[in-house]
Amino acid sequence: MAKHTYVYVTYIRSTPEKVWEALTDAAISASYWERENVSDWKVGSDWQHRLPGKSPDVVGKVLESDPPNRLVTSWAPPSEPADPAKTSHCAFDIEDLNGKVRLTVTHSDLDDQGLKDVSGGWPAVLSNLKTLLETGRTLPDPFGAVEGHPES
Amino acid sequence: MADDMDRVFKALADASRRRLLDLLHADQGQTLGALAARLDMTRQAVSQHLALLEAANLVATVKRGREKLHYLNPVPIHDIQARWIGKFERPRLDALAELKTRLEGEQDG
Repeated sequence: MAKHTYVYVTYIRSTPEKVWEALTDAAISASYWERENVSDWKVGSDWQHRLPGKSPDVVGKVLESDPPNRLVTSWAPPSEPADPAKTSHCAFDIEDLNGKVRLTVTHSDLDDQGLKDVSGGWPAVLSNLKTLLETGRTLPDPFGAVEGHPES
Repeated sequence: MADDMDRVFKALADASRRRLLDLLHADQGQTLGALAARLDMTRQAVSQHLALLEAANLVATVKRGREKLHYLNPVPIHDIQARWIGKFERPRLDALAELKTRLEGEQDG
């Protein structure tokens, strides 16, 4: 099956430390992403992406962890956590540009289903993260425009 | 902020640049050469259009060896959508106000 890579970039008026915290803190990630990211973020550790208190929708490993600059995780469905064909990889690169942070999300090794799942989701997540860090609040109903949207 | 959005609208106000985004939407991660081959334009013209799109953050690039791969970055377009399509007047949650305090409180750390 064809594998896809998507690259998303957003510029946020914030610091690398705050962006890192927003990606790795369970409560903060849940506030702009609906789901919380849970791990100790050490290389080799497990991480989970889940509705708060629920079973995970995504599981994986922490592959690289260099706070606050770079985080790489694997993403797999909880039903098949070790199937390489179902595993994608997501790198977060956080660069300090003097008062602005460039956050680059590179999501690679996505199969067709994985591509469908993320192609509507990442822009909403990153918009909402930017809004949260710049204004202290999240967008109302950030995923309302995405859900049910027939992503081609 | 206004500058960022100006750049996005200016970048989109050109049929060739919209066509480039269409090509990347259909097939992510293309080189300049591959894109130029699919458009009736010189390599130099395509390169200039891509530079404008990249400055507007509508195109992200990744270096792979000697190649530069181009990706459609839809985040600024989503920002536009969120600005005019979202439900803006909803009551704000206390939890988020608390979060603001928390994030701002850590600035001097």
